[in-house]
Amino acid sequence: MSDKVKVTIDGISVEVAPGTTILNAARQIGGDIVPPAMCYYSKLEGSGGKCRTCIVKVSKGSEKDPRPMPKLVASCRTTVMDGMEVLNITSPEVIEARSGVVEMLLINHPLDCPVCDQAGECDLQNLGYEHGLQKTRYEFERRTFERIDIGDKIQLHMNRCILCYRCVFTADQITNKRVHGILNRGDHSEISTYIQTAVDNDFSGNVIDVCPVGALTDKTFRFKNRVWFTKPIDAHRDCPTCSGKVTLWYKGEDVLRVTARKDIYGEVEEFICNTCRFDKKKTADWVIEHPTHISDTSVIASNHYETLRPLPVIQNNPQLQQANKVELEKTTKF
Amino acid sequence: MARKLLLEHINVPGINKFDVYRQKGGYRAVEKALKTLTPDEVVEEVKKSGLRGRGGAGFPTGMKWSFLAKPEGVARYLVCNADESEPGTFKDRYLMTHIPHALIEGMIVSSFALGANTSYIYVRGEMMPQIRILEKAIAEAKNAGFLGKNILGTGYDLELYVQPGGGAYICGEETALLESLEGKRGNPRIKPPFPAIAGLYGCPTVVNNVESIAATVPIINDGGDEYAKIGIGRSTGTKLISASGNLVRPGVYEIDLGLPVEEFIYSDEYCGGIANGKRLKATVAGGSSVPILPANLTLKLANGEPRLMSYESLSEGGFATGSMMGSGGFIAFDEDQCIVRNTWNFSRFYHHESCGQCSPCREGTGWMEKVLHRIEYGHGKMSDIDLLVDVSKKIEGNTICPLGDAAAWPVASAIRHFRDEFEWHVKEPIKCLDTNYGLANYAEPIAKAEVTTGN
Repeated sequence: MSDKVKVTIDGISVEVAPGTTILNAARQIGGDIVPPAMCYYSKLEGSGGKCRTCIVKVSKGSEKDPRPMPKLVASCRTTVMDGMEVLNITSPEVIEARSGVVEMLLINHPLDCPVCDQAGECDLQNLGYEHGLQKTRYEFERRTFERIDIGDKIQLHMNRCILCYRCVFTADQITNKRVHGILNRGDHSEISTYIQTAVDNDFSGNVIDVCPVGALTDKTFRFKNRVWFTKPIDAHRDCPTCSGKVTLWYKGEDVLRVTARKDIYGEVEEFICNTCRFDKKKTADWVIEHPTHISDTSVIASNHYETLRPLPVIQNNPQLQQANKVELEKTTKF
Repeated sequence: MARKLLLEHINVPGINKFDVYRQKGGYRAVEKALKTLTPDEVVEEVKKSGLRGRGGAGFPTGMKWSFLAKPEGVARYLVCNADESEPGTFKDRYLMTHIPHALIEGMIVSSFALGANTSYIYVRGEMMPQIRILEKAIAEAKNAGFLGKNILGTGYDLELYVQPGGGAYICGEETALLESLEGKRGNPRIKPPFPAIAGLYGCPTVVNNVESIAATVPIINDGGDEYAKIGIGRSTGTKLISASGNLVRPGVYEIDLGLPVEEFIYSDEYCGGIANGKRLKATVAGGSSVPILPANLTLKLANGEPRLMSYESLSEGGFATGSMMGSGGFIAFDEDQCIVRNTWNFSRFYHHESCGQCSPCREGTGWMEKVLHRIEYGHGKMSDIDLLVDVSKKIEGNTICPLGDAAAWPVASAIRHFRDEFEWHVKEPIKCLDTNYGLANYAEPIAKAEVTTGN
């Protein structure tokens, strides 16, 4: 038996190592067929399987056992088998189930994006934009909680939480003395730090980065600015605790916020320490590398160095148009 | 009168004491299994008996046992699921209260078959009296040498522990039960791996219902083939049914599988008909999670044949005209019961008991509960009915554990069969508060059933 297994997702085949999950196999292919993930986080052991947005249909179990799986499966927690065939965006059943999940995620979400700090870089916003309905069918009061301060730098706003458990896994992973978990059950469950005990750890700030929504926010950045008015710049510093590789979010000359660097799936590359995150907010503290690459479809990109509008002279000249095709397409998209 | 296997000596005074139980032939199965059979032979007997899991899913117990991984040097566990909290089901509690030794005996036999040296009985937290009864029974069995080190001189060791749960319905799901048993929050695990590979403390584990474990006792005593003679088709043996609702004699009954539903409801041996001379409107055949059926479909299959109390017959017709055996919680509703209110009540239960781990169940159960509450109290809209169907569809099959399905099925089936009652609730918002919709045509065409009611 070869040490690679072949899996076909939406008709595209890829060879991956055994034990890879469907989601990670899809990420190796990339593009539109990657299922969205709200709770899975590749850096957090044990995460995933909870939000159900990444569900896919397995139309053929494996080469040995070609029966399809009876239910839609969570791609982030299902490992691939040799010869497995998976349908994601080509299956209407999956699309419908996923929009159902998105609707469920949104019914108790306050949808206060206009005043939420996460707006513009919110996974739930992107997901809702892509899969959600235009109108809600939920006509009841949404659940509400009091805001809780976790230490002096982090604020927890449970109203927005989608209970992905990412922060719980982060807290679990960075500290042995677990003070961060879930209280209650069902739709009244809440993330809590047991009577507001501060999560006292050098890396506790990472819960802000892993939060897919605006439930955990940086108090040093709260209400300072909208993310699309800031410019992300990759930078590093010589930090004794962490790798020191961060993204600085500039408004004019000022560093408004420091976060870890995120990859295209919104996952941080390396966790950073609280000193880097909260205390080093001067350009002088950092060695600037280059502008962070931001996806064209992101709202942050609208204010970004990389998106250059082609000059009028190009727009009128057919030959130059040909040469600047990519940039022109971007312009028409906006 | 059919032979009772589990409840044979239920009326013997003091049967909950070790001595009386032993006198009545108790612990014969332990002697037989430990002294004359190998573990594999015990598994083989259970396989031959065709015993199917009594907890709800109806998965063949012998097959489940044979799936248990047996790596060298790793402990194996047997866990008894006594976290019985399904609305309408109370058979395990009855069994544990009155014949605790039947469960202990079954535990010893089953643990021997699986090679487990430590076994747990996970009892629902609310059942404190039963926990005390079991602990007393374990102490008695230990005194008599049926538990502990070197049982009956065969060299087999078994320690049996009773663990009270925290009182969450979700801990009846086997992986949530294991999490809870390990001392964690009772969230269902994501499968695979299944407990047979990595269960309690990461070791291979079998989780069985109380009744399934107790049923191994007559299987070993009489042999698997003998047990398989009782029942019908693939539903072998006897089953405890907890009958509740508007019946003349509700209670726990041991029936041979394959008994006609009509006989079960109306015969004097069992429930004795519908109380107060009323007529049957609907039944929930296997505990609150299974689809509700109107009276006509309860008694007869869609093709007019009588429906039987068996795994196959109850689920005949799929979800369109069938239901499920479930855990055997048989609830009967008479003509004056409101299906909308009942559906809301079930929905409220699932909303309260959802663990909140995965989103469709966490949010969807609450949503359904709120919409049903609105319909029941006369604030509903016509579109709510379709909304409920749609929400239940979006929960069903998209969750980690079967609680999502269990929450969706009662709502979907109630609307499927009783849609006009829901519509009436919307149309008559004032009237529905103090009047019930009544029987309508749910009992038709069973005019014949009325005749049988006559007694």
